[in-house]
Amino acid sequence: MLKPTPFHERTSQLCEGESWQDWSGYLSANAYELDHSHEYYSVRTGCGMFDISPLYKYHVRGRDAMTLLNRMSTRNVAKCRVGQIVYTAWCDDDGHIVDDGTIARLGDDFFRLTTAMSLLYWLEDVGFGMDVQIEEVSEEQGALAIQGPTSRQVLQQLTSANLDDLKYFRIIEDKVAGVPVRIARNGYTGDLGYELFMDANDSLPVWDALMEKSDEYKLRPAGHIALDMVRIEAGLVLIDAEFISATHAMYPIQRSTPFELGLDWVVNLKKDHFIGQRALREEVARGRAWTTVGIQVDVVALEALYARFGMPLMLPYHSWIDAIPLYADAGKKKQIGKATSGTWSPVMKRYVALARLKPEHAKLGSGLHIEMTIEGQRFTVPAHVVETPFFDPPRKRA
Amino acid sequence: MSDYDVIIIGAGHNGLVAANYLAKAGRKVAVLEKKSDVGGAAVSEEFAPGFKASTCAGGAGYLSQTVIKELKLVEHGLAIEPRDAVAFVPQPNGSHLTVWRDTERTVGEIAKFSTSDAEAYPRFLAALRPMAEAVRGLLEITPPDLPQVGWSDFPSARTMAGPMRKLGRKNFNQFLKTLPMPSADLLQEWFESDVLMGAIAASAVRDITWGPRESGTAYTLLYNWALSNTGLFRSSGGMRGGMGAITGAIATAARSAGVEILTDCAVANIVLEAGRATGVRLGNGETLSAATIVSSADPRTTFTELLDPGLLDLSVVRNVRNIKYRGSAAKIHLALGALPEFTALAGDKDTSPLEGTIQIAPNMMYIQRAYDCTKYGDYSPHPYLDIEIPTLTDPDLAPSGQHVMSITAKYAPYQLRNGSWEGHREAFVDAVLSTLGEYAPKLRDSILHKEVLLPGDLEARFGLPEGNGSHGEMTLDQFLHMRPLPGYAQYKAPVEGLYLCGAGAHPGGGVTGLPGHNAAREILKHAK
Repeated sequence: MLKPTPFHERTSQLCEGESWQDWSGYLSANAYELDHSHEYYSVRTGCGMFDISPLYKYHVRGRDAMTLLNRMSTRNVAKCRVGQIVYTAWCDDDGHIVDDGTIARLGDDFFRLTTAMSLLYWLEDVGFGMDVQIEEVSEEQGALAIQGPTSRQVLQQLTSANLDDLKYFRIIEDKVAGVPVRIARNGYTGDLGYELFMDANDSLPVWDALMEKSDEYKLRPAGHIALDMVRIEAGLVLIDAEFISATHAMYPIQRSTPFELGLDWVVNLKKDHFIGQRALREEVARGRAWTTVGIQVDVVALEALYARFGMPLMLPYHSWIDAIPLYADAGKKKQIGKATSGTWSPVMKRYVALARLKPEHAKLGSGLHIEMTIEGQRFTVPAHVVETPFFDPPRKRA
Repeated sequence: MSDYDVIIIGAGHNGLVAANYLAKAGRKVAVLEKKSDVGGAAVSEEFAPGFKASTCAGGAGYLSQTVIKELKLVEHGLAIEPRDAVAFVPQPNGSHLTVWRDTERTVGEIAKFSTSDAEAYPRFLAALRPMAEAVRGLLEITPPDLPQVGWSDFPSARTMAGPMRKLGRKNFNQFLKTLPMPSADLLQEWFESDVLMGAIAASAVRDITWGPRESGTAYTLLYNWALSNTGLFRSSGGMRGGMGAITGAIATAARSAGVEILTDCAVANIVLEAGRATGVRLGNGETLSAATIVSSADPRTTFTELLDPGLLDLSVVRNVRNIKYRGSAAKIHLALGALPEFTALAGDKDTSPLEGTIQIAPNMMYIQRAYDCTKYGDYSPHPYLDIEIPTLTDPDLAPSGQHVMSITAKYAPYQLRNGSWEGHREAFVDAVLSTLGEYAPKLRDSILHKEVLLPGDLEARFGLPEGNGSHGEMTLDQFLHMRPLPGYAQYKAPVEGLYLCGAGAHPGGGVTGLPGHNAAREILKHAK
């Protein structure tokens, strides 16, 4: 039986198609309207509001809290100042990624983690023998992400905090609609946006206050389908799409290192010892087996293929998560990797995908061929390596 | 150039035994002990003016004969005196069962309760002895290194083959069946008298938190049997001066072999250089270096206090965290103005039945029921007591005419369900004395002084996590290649240059000296 989130009383009224999915054991809407388009566009032109309560949330307190998180993280958490948030990955002893998430420093000895997977036993193992208190607050806290160009304006109407002062990847405590809320300026959309964390019992007034402003600021509740499209546009990796947690992988081949995921920027091999550091150093010395980059599909070539069947160009209506073969050549002689998730980007008018490639084929501009089918017949379509994020508006950081 | 070839942390019996072997092999060895006296948990201490007791570890008769002979401990003053009485088990109705070292004599005792059991007893001993022998064979080997058991690991398990082969095919089958059994089931296959089964089952729960109905306690019975000096399931014997005299003799042997023993010398942490243990930092900030560092502390203390667990693989930390300690026995020492009179001896002037262990647990189900409360986090309102009166044979431990009584009281879990022991301590001691009073009514009046050591007190005073004297419970799942950690059962720690030689390593707890003996052999094999 899936559980309702603290916002279920509202979201269940709005979910027209009753299209839900299981997110960490919670009912989570795929789309509120029968079609996800409005929700997608709201994130890029107005404000999308996502119920992200199913995230796992942990409070880590105590003299060794920073030490614990730094031992666990590939990034240097010691550099995270109070009020700052860092995105990081964590690995097992062999340098294979377990999960990624954010760590917010709420005090000198007080941190909050948000993760995709349950992390309690992992934190307890890492913290064994340390002076820390680890508390899971997943059920105690409701969380909303409001993401899009009008998110700052709408939120500013409901709080006395000056949001112009809240920089990217910073967090403050204030009130929203009279409810104590932690306001974090980050998200999973690659846009201007905020994540709001509040007591589960105080969640509905925050939702209601935001919804009251929905017409004025083009805010609307948005579901998973829209979220996945915008996160691909933002070039962000997703668990169970770009990687499988090392703790869940059934076979060694299913494991990934942060380098293989293109997360080089979150790995600090010079910092104090962290779990997996030795293996990751060895990987650097040896050279990585894979890397993850963005690719763009040649839509004109795809259109020509469809024309052979007397068909107009058909583009995916929403994002996909799959493993699609990628080749060095149109004749499929040499496979060089796989595309892991992709989407037609309605705002950019580009067909983009995240791809795991052999490093020698992953240079910016490198050409490759992606397998596609038309009416069940296999073809390859030209594509090339492009920069990520695919979509990166200045307002995200401004 | 290092200060020493080998530094051993902790002058408990295992640290001292390892030191003996290493020094005899020509190594320059230092043993560092944080307390003022050697002995670790095997010490004799004055707990009341003029009264001395073996405050923590008991069981003089478990010291390995191999160690005694190889280290020539008798020449260095070791004198463990055997006792004829092994266990005296008084009954509430005033009768009693005494288990003697001599089988015939015991058969006569058993006949008071069951003639068929009296007949079965010698056959039981004959059937179980080969299994205990097989276990004994395993206790002196270095366990195979099996982080994950696969078919390819079988060659490394060949060290186990020798002791197994001696069993023969039929006994080997029986052995495999017996190890994971509840000891209660094993005993019920042989006997009908709950009194006799209780006398034997006590050895199946020694140093563990389970009752005889729990799976794997048959193995615990065989472990204690394997180490026993009586040829029976329980040891019997003592040394004048108590347990401290035993470790004293091992220390004397060590010194004469050239070992330097430094007391009042606490180790703050093990020093690592490029991931290798190269020395120890002392409490006073001073550093001593050695090519090999050996910890006789338990694994949790070694890996979380003496080392920074953050430098170990997480998979190792997880295994350390999962070691079960779970101390559940309290030690209570009484200074007595007079020798207690047991109703079951009814004026009999012969006190020789009391010279072994006095077992206050009239039958097997009594022990199980005492344990049942602990399952749910309570102490036993009717505890099972193992009692020694060392002054019967060693009057110097108390003022003339007075006595010392040392009680191991089960079960007193390290943590009570409702949290703290505060407010329950006196109630538990009262339960112990009331229980004892049912068998020796005048005892309470003769108590001059008492010292109570709950598992938490044993932890604080002897550095035994959760008050478990075995550095990790002596259960089947923490035996052989699983002890102390899967993949690290060969005394070598997951840190280069560091070895473990305490009871946390194979074969485990009890004042046996075997972990120290086995560890020294591995160190000499690997470290120059």
